[in-house]
Amino acid sequence: MNLPRGRVLIAKPGLDGHDRGAKVVARTLRDAGFEVIYTGLRQTPEQVVAAAISEDVDAIGLSILSGAHVALTRRVLELLGDADIPVLVGGIIPEADADELREMGVAGIYTPGTALAEIVAEVERACADG
Amino acid sequence: MRWQDPALQAVYSAPGSELPGEFPFTRGISAEPKPWIMGQYAGFGTPAESNQRFRALLQAGVTGFSVALDLPTQMGIDSDDPRAVGEVGRVGVAIDSLADIEILMDGIPLEQISQVRTTANSIGYIWAALFVALAEKRRVNPAEFGMFIQNDVLKEFIARGTQIFPPRASLMLAVDCIEYCAQHVSTWTPLAMSGYHIRESGASATQEVAFTFANARAYLDECVRRGMSVDRVAPTLFTFLAITPDFLPEVAKFRAARRVWAQLMRETYGAQEAASEQLRIFAFTAGSSLTAQQPLNNVVRASLEATAAALAGVQTMHVSAYDEALGVPTEAAATLALRTQQVIAFESGLTQTLDPLAGSYAVEQLTDELVESITALMGEIEDRGGALACLESGLLAEELSAAAYRQAQLVESGERVVVGVNKFPAEAEPLEVFRIDEATEAAQVGAVRKVRAERNQPEVDSALARLSADVAAGRSVMPATIEAVQAYATIGEIVAVLEQHLGRWQPTDAF
Repeated sequence: MNLPRGRVLIAKPGLDGHDRGAKVVARTLRDAGFEVIYTGLRQTPEQVVAAAISEDVDAIGLSILSGAHVALTRRVLELLGDADIPVLVGGIIPEADADELREMGVAGIYTPGTALAEIVAEVERACADG
Repeated sequence: MRWQDPALQAVYSAPGSELPGEFPFTRGISAEPKPWIMGQYAGFGTPAESNQRFRALLQAGVTGFSVALDLPTQMGIDSDDPRAVGEVGRVGVAIDSLADIEILMDGIPLEQISQVRTTANSIGYIWAALFVALAEKRRVNPAEFGMFIQNDVLKEFIARGTQIFPPRASLMLAVDCIEYCAQHVSTWTPLAMSGYHIRESGASATQEVAFTFANARAYLDECVRRGMSVDRVAPTLFTFLAITPDFLPEVAKFRAARRVWAQLMRETYGAQEAASEQLRIFAFTAGSSLTAQQPLNNVVRASLEATAAALAGVQTMHVSAYDEALGVPTEAAATLALRTQQVIAFESGLTQTLDPLAGSYAVEQLTDELVESITALMGEIEDRGGALACLESGLLAEELSAAAYRQAQLVESGERVVVGVNKFPAEAEPLEVFRIDEATEAAQVGAVRKVRAERNQPEVDSALARLSADVAAGRSVMPATIEAVQAYATIGEIVAVLEQHLGRWQPTDAF
């Protein structure tokens, strides 16, 4: 029996309704052998973190294309506190914000055009670290 | 020696073949060449900041423009609501009440604007009410300017995702707006049947047009059920479609869409007026074709896409700015996007000839094939109970998700080339990106609270009570919504009243 490569929560925090990227990443990870839970649209950071903890995931992928990535990611990280779950973020993220997110402790940042193989490899690494 | 080149003609054709301006309008809805309306999507921050940008665009020669709304506004959430934190003024301008519309349009002569477009969908009826109220305050006849309300809430359930209420209730509100406009301001476009967002979510061209027209049928069927004549409604509509880099198929898609629409109106809806059969197209270069890598390449992509739409013939166009994969456009990028349209329209000569690719073996065959595939898919949706049933079951969302995954795999495998991403990658200089002022949110929160404190509260309460009674009785929400916005009720307050009767849409975790 093949064990899953990790359990991953793909989340859409905030009001952004663009879910193409989130769903493509969710399907890609599932086909690559991960267990994937998708939150659906419009989750508060509180709901995202509660789902991550109750589902006992190894990593969280946030998808935010509305420009609210800094505020929402900061809140998710605060709520996670000591829970050792790495967070990766995808979206429309300018370089300056990417630096800020990395300083907060975000494990990976993906903008339009990132290769899916790169995301799979980094999620696997994050799951192993988490 | 003769030096003259042959003069360009408006129409070239083969004897006996379809002409532009003739049913089924494959070759265009007009017999005379006309430049398209150049509308650029803009708006961010506070109403005052957006007002400045709009004035600059008007100065630059824009004849129609667009008000991008932030997400809280689009979803009926006021700026001081806890759910709005971090989102106020981000992807568009924050509008809470009529006071914001007054600031947004300050110093802009309404009657000089050919078309104001907006991304109001779930709140389309409120948007219409706000501009009816503004026109009344300024003593301008609303029919003297053009208002273009997206109001296509059904597509929000399969792409874009700003739905508030369940599908059926959402449909009724959208039709309230369509009905009001058809009766009172027939110069407005109360519905842009939108395929753009469906395409952007990964659809094929066939899915884009078929899903859009299937949704359009749901609106039209409800209009007809309410006793409206299709010839009263259809001429007020636009369709809003994407232009992807698939150059020839996209030219063919616009032609095919016109033919399918004309046949649908004549054969299924029994339209009598040519205006009902003429599909008016707003084309928008695909945001998803823009890359964050080597962003200047996006100028070339957008130019090619705009050229395809110009060749196919459209009524309105937007060209995306090269920095949109990185954030809201800078002013320089937005201006270059407009200049792209102007160069194509005024320097290339393309606007002098209607449907110049007609008769091309490739374009004609692709057009015929797309007509066939679109018609077949629309038939399948009808067989499954129509768009509403297919939205409620999640079928259309599932189809799109599968399509998006296929597309992503084509890019991943390199079968679909994206220059600078999966072929010819190179390090590029980082771009200067547009920054939203962090003070925006606080300013807008203060503004909405001030409006609530200073308005005549009993007037607001009475308008909202009327709204509640009307929606409970199944009457149109338009009259009470107009009364409410005139009393400076906020969008969030209006939506909250409706929610008590209509319930809320619940997100799904399927992917």
